[in-house]
Amino acid sequence: MTERNRRHLLGVGDLTRDDVERILDTARGLERSLDRELKKLPTLRGRLVVNLFYESSTRTLSSFELAAKRLSADTMVLRASGSSVDKGESLRDTALTLAAYDPDVIVIRHPHIGAPHLVAGATAAHVVNAGDGKHQHPTQALLDLYTIREALGRLDGVSVAIVGDVLHSRVARSLVEALVLVGADAVLVAPPTLLPRGIEALGCSVSHSIETIADADVVYVLRMQAERMEAAYVPSLREYTALYGVTPGRVRPGQVVMHPGPMNRGVEIDPRVADSDASLVTTQVRSGLVVRMAVLYDLLTAPGLPSAVAASVLEVA
Amino acid sequence: MLACRNGRLDSLTIRARAIDPVAGLEGPAKVTVEDGIVTAVESVSAAPEGLVLAPAFVDPHVHLRTPGREDEETIASGTEAAAAGGYCAIVAMPNTEPVVDTAAVLQSLVERAHEEAVVPTGFTAAISKGQRGEELTEMAELAAAGAIAFTDDGRPVVSAGLMRRALAYSAVADRPLALHCEEPSLSSGGQMHEGRISAELGLTGWPSVAESLMVARDLALAAYEGRPVHLQHLSATESVDAVRRARAAGVRVSAEASPHHLCTTDEVVRTLDANVKMNPPLRTEDDRRALVEGLLDGTIDCIATDHAPHARHEKDAPFEEAPFGVIGLETAFAALNTFLVRTGEVPLATILERMSAGPARALGLPVPRIAVGERANLVLLDLDSEWTVREDGFRSRSANSWLLGRTLTGAVVKTVADGRVVFAA
Repeated sequence: MTERNRRHLLGVGDLTRDDVERILDTARGLERSLDRELKKLPTLRGRLVVNLFYESSTRTLSSFELAAKRLSADTMVLRASGSSVDKGESLRDTALTLAAYDPDVIVIRHPHIGAPHLVAGATAAHVVNAGDGKHQHPTQALLDLYTIREALGRLDGVSVAIVGDVLHSRVARSLVEALVLVGADAVLVAPPTLLPRGIEALGCSVSHSIETIADADVVYVLRMQAERMEAAYVPSLREYTALYGVTPGRVRPGQVVMHPGPMNRGVEIDPRVADSDASLVTTQVRSGLVVRMAVLYDLLTAPGLPSAVAASVLEVA
Repeated sequence: MLACRNGRLDSLTIRARAIDPVAGLEGPAKVTVEDGIVTAVESVSAAPEGLVLAPAFVDPHVHLRTPGREDEETIASGTEAAAAGGYCAIVAMPNTEPVVDTAAVLQSLVERAHEEAVVPTGFTAAISKGQRGEELTEMAELAAAGAIAFTDDGRPVVSAGLMRRALAYSAVADRPLALHCEEPSLSSGGQMHEGRISAELGLTGWPSVAESLMVARDLALAAYEGRPVHLQHLSATESVDAVRRARAAGVRVSAEASPHHLCTTDEVVRTLDANVKMNPPLRTEDDRRALVEGLLDGTIDCIATDHAPHARHEKDAPFEEAPFGVIGLETAFAALNTFLVRTGEVPLATILERMSAGPARALGLPVPRIAVGERANLVLLDLDSEWTVREDGFRSRSANSWLLGRTLTGAVVKTVADGRVVFAA
């Protein structure tokens, strides 16, 4: 995490390549700890991690919860429903209320871009963006990098085809930035109506043809939401699946397939692909846990520790 | 019809470099004002370094938030801000609560301006009842009650049919239409300029073509009906081009650009600071340059602040939840001087003309001049004075400035409006 934003993880832009490598190395060390019979580490004992979720989320919330608990931190969950959020309290006031408990980390998911930045400015806690609108989801990008590196043994020069609704996807945006940062190639494959104008400026290429995925090492499938049909982004799910669905015939041997979940089987991804040996979907979930542990660890311990030192700290722990 | 409170007419003498592009005045001068009237303009050998005396500014586009949101601005606070910004006349938009769409509401505003306006203030009325874009307002009665122009500012007149009727009927009222050009089916949900940076941030784009398409439609209708139009807060290259072509073809069109569109770009949206969220949005460096080109060749004949006060708690929200708009009256000259004049992009005289005579002509208001026998409408500027824009430094009731924390060069030293000294630093 860069000097200026050292205390937060608001977006992939906060990270240097060294930061990414350090976090992924820490995650690998932590993954080994998960093979033990007693999986809990005392590292963050006495620390408080607050999960502030303004959008429903199963996997991200449970992943952060478990990550904090595995490191022995205390955790609290505040959901948009059943809290003062529903009574019209402003985000700043909610943040200030939480700040009274002196949390060490606030993990926030919010439907609107910029919400984590506002919380970061309003409290003394380290803020982790767990998804803000269509903007960023940096821990998803990190767990995807981790998954790719574990599966292929490298990141530099790896080619990743990201297929689907890029326009509405914070996952795609963060992942492209992260891939560019570590020297991988990203190509976005989608109908023109689901590609943001000007997205090539991030350093990726774009294609409107599913044939393009044949050249990639990794096929990364994005969720296609039914409500996009109402706004006429594509004429029908049927036509979308016919043109862009990732089917067994379109995946070549040796490729791996990823998906951030939840999957719409039979829409953007064929069930036979989702359940094949090429699929890394469940690996991604496991990676999510260790990468989020690594992010919490990285934020709450001296940043910039060489990975060897970090690993030895973990061993002692 | 401009209204302000009565006060004692002042007498004063100012020695400075006088610049009045309309009167052809440029050089060190001693200007004498007696009982509010300019009685002498004498050439002198030298004037204090950096001091410039110019016709005071006219802002064709201000939101005074009255009636309805007096917590954000009042006629008193908004005109205090205008005085501090060097303005001798401002024109308020009708998108208030309630909307200014009846003579009764308009008259009550004019009466309040007579009681509390520090600077002469004009009011516009809506084109359509409730600004709903369905039925025309009673334009003749509103004009008789003092409406300067008609506008649904804040939103476009979506129906081409209604716009045509409004243009035709505005001849009866003999007032111009001021148009907010935005095709909502293209800009819907838009948070910032659609381009490289919106793609990067994931903010929904508000594309240039949503403005330029409506500009083209409204210019075509204005040409067809043979009526003048005033286009508000233009932001895109294609809009400037369309105005240039239309004027060459004989359409009577005036056009505004705001200091923020002239001075900065969508790059600053990367900060996700809600104080750089405005409608139309900040656009690219190419668009900014096109606006500057338009300013230089006269295609853009007015600089308008689109002063849009918002309560702090409303702007202090995630970017996507925050309302559009920034204040601008108190920083307009300093921003333009800092970012356009001192960089050599635009001559000072052009800025002064586009801030005064240009907007006055566009809306049919008296053109401020430095000339013997004229009511004094003067602004004294210090071109070299540096100051930092601070949240607690505004006379406006709101502080949602895109320039907070920035150091600007150039300050208003004194403002004389309608013969009265309304501001002295």
